[in-house]
Amino acid sequence: MSLRNYIDKIKPNFEEGGKFYWLHSTFDAFETFLYVPDTTSKSGVHIHDARDSKRTMVIVIIALMPALLFGMYNVGFQHYLAIGQDVGFWTKFFYGLLSVLPQIVVSYVVGLGIEFAMAQMKHEEVSEGFLVTGILIPMILPVDTPLWMIAVATAFAVVFAKEVFGGTGYNIFNVALIARAFLFFSYPSKMSGDQVWVRTGSTFGMGKGTVVDGFSGATPLGQLATTDAHSFADFSFRGITGQPLTTSDMFFGFIPGSVGEVSTLAILLGAILLIATNVGSWKTMFSVFLGGLFTVTLVNLFAANAAMEMPANYHFLLGGFAFGAVFMATDPVTSARTETGKWIYGFLIGLIAVTIRIFNPGYPEGMMLSILFMNAFAPLIDFYVVDANIKKRLKRVEVKNREK
Amino acid sequence: MALSNKTKAVLLGPLNKNNPIIVQVLGICSALAVTSKLEPALVMAIAVTIVTAFSNVIISMLRNTIPNRIRIIVQLVVVATLVTLVSEVLKAFAYDVNKQLSVFVGLIVTNCILMGRLEAFALGNGPWPSFLDGIGNGLGYGWILVVIGFVRELLGSGTLLGYPIIPKSFYEAGYQNNGLMMLAPMALLLIGVIIWIHRSQNKELQETA
Repeated sequence: MSLRNYIDKIKPNFEEGGKFYWLHSTFDAFETFLYVPDTTSKSGVHIHDARDSKRTMVIVIIALMPALLFGMYNVGFQHYLAIGQDVGFWTKFFYGLLSVLPQIVVSYVVGLGIEFAMAQMKHEEVSEGFLVTGILIPMILPVDTPLWMIAVATAFAVVFAKEVFGGTGYNIFNVALIARAFLFFSYPSKMSGDQVWVRTGSTFGMGKGTVVDGFSGATPLGQLATTDAHSFADFSFRGITGQPLTTSDMFFGFIPGSVGEVSTLAILLGAILLIATNVGSWKTMFSVFLGGLFTVTLVNLFAANAAMEMPANYHFLLGGFAFGAVFMATDPVTSARTETGKWIYGFLIGLIAVTIRIFNPGYPEGMMLSILFMNAFAPLIDFYVVDANIKKRLKRVEVKNREK
Repeated sequence: MALSNKTKAVLLGPLNKNNPIIVQVLGICSALAVTSKLEPALVMAIAVTIVTAFSNVIISMLRNTIPNRIRIIVQLVVVATLVTLVSEVLKAFAYDVNKQLSVFVGLIVTNCILMGRLEAFALGNGPWPSFLDGIGNGLGYGWILVVIGFVRELLGSGTLLGYPIIPKSFYEAGYQNNGLMMLAPMALLLIGVIIWIHRSQNKELQETA
């Protein structure tokens, strides 16, 4: 354990009176990142299990891996499809890796930089909240988002969505979604439309080529929002070169879209891990889909155009619905905390997301807005759930007293 | 002209520790609505300063003759008259800005800063201190507007007073104007940031949690 010895050796420098005391938060962050802290209470009865928040965060990151890796592959897949070249699996993957990796690095460097600086300034421990946020931000953005925009959005989100509320665990809104919302309203031309979802340029000199004729980078939901077909039967989803998209394409994720959201299968794998380790609440995930299903079924009954006629399975497969339900809505900090509250919270997210998608052609994707909206209401839901419980129990006490 | 300490406090207090926007949190609505460009923010600041100063003077001169029960309506008449004057001047000499400010010139009548100053200061003080108080509060309101307008126009449109500031080479390199800056929520956030900085400089203003 030479690393452990090394850390112990340099530790006094960072303790009170040491010459690097001003960096003690940074040191503490790295030490607890590498090793489980040994500061435990020595007396009394305290039961701990191994699940501290660092462990939870790491599980979420592992759960995100399938979606991220597939997203990288899909970036390359869409790119080589757009320039009409036939290359092998690894070429596509490396193209995507080279496109997405700088975004992840920028997001982490900026976000963690601010977190470390803030913790140092306030003489607090560095909290680990940004580990997940940092990887979520590039995953919910179009692959062509410029790096400086990611840096600005990350800085904005960390400062205004998190640090001003008191840091990790105190934020009202999901930090990664705030970063996306910031970009969405600040630079709409880079966050919507049909130019941004497929990376057509070369990455570090890789994948040079010109776009084939008939290329259109619109996402399936974007196509639906702008279609002039009168009924869903007349409408068909097209891939970027005009090829028809099948349901299995959508399930496996061979469609244009934000990096992490495309593959429902990969998200499902992540969801299984989250549910199995009890990190994400299955109630929230399930009720988001339930809310979506309810709304779609209702709208289908009174359908008047193609978007209103689209059946629920497409809603679940396309866009960020599944990704939002599994990784965004379940964020333990911003979601409802009571068990009944989770059902209501999730149901309303699904309901609002589908409503925005269908009735507002300006926003083909409603998941981000609906989750942020419900984030604001989560404490209210919890309040009434707790309140109802108190009233119920009071009534029980009254009845008992009367019986005496 | 030397000012005594008291008049100095009356004039300069609202610029800093007794600022109408960031300390008393009054007049937020117009601060969000007219600050997407620097020019309307400047004009609005001047207009509010003039109206506050002169309505303060007039009400202060009338303060011993206004029956207490109808004082609000008298104040409204005075303010409305002044606002109409300002509005007519703007229409005559700065029509474009007047159009940008739209209803917000007329809404100066309902600006809480005005009624607040009339009620809290002009009714109990002589014309000269009231005049200074009006100037001070108008400027205190104005400098916040100008700062917000400056940031929003610079980052939102890349211009200042209509002149391009951000060089063309930036845009060619991929820089884009920030659309969120043009929306009201960002103005609220900017006010929040100013309050944040101001409170951290003036610890005595911080509310205890």
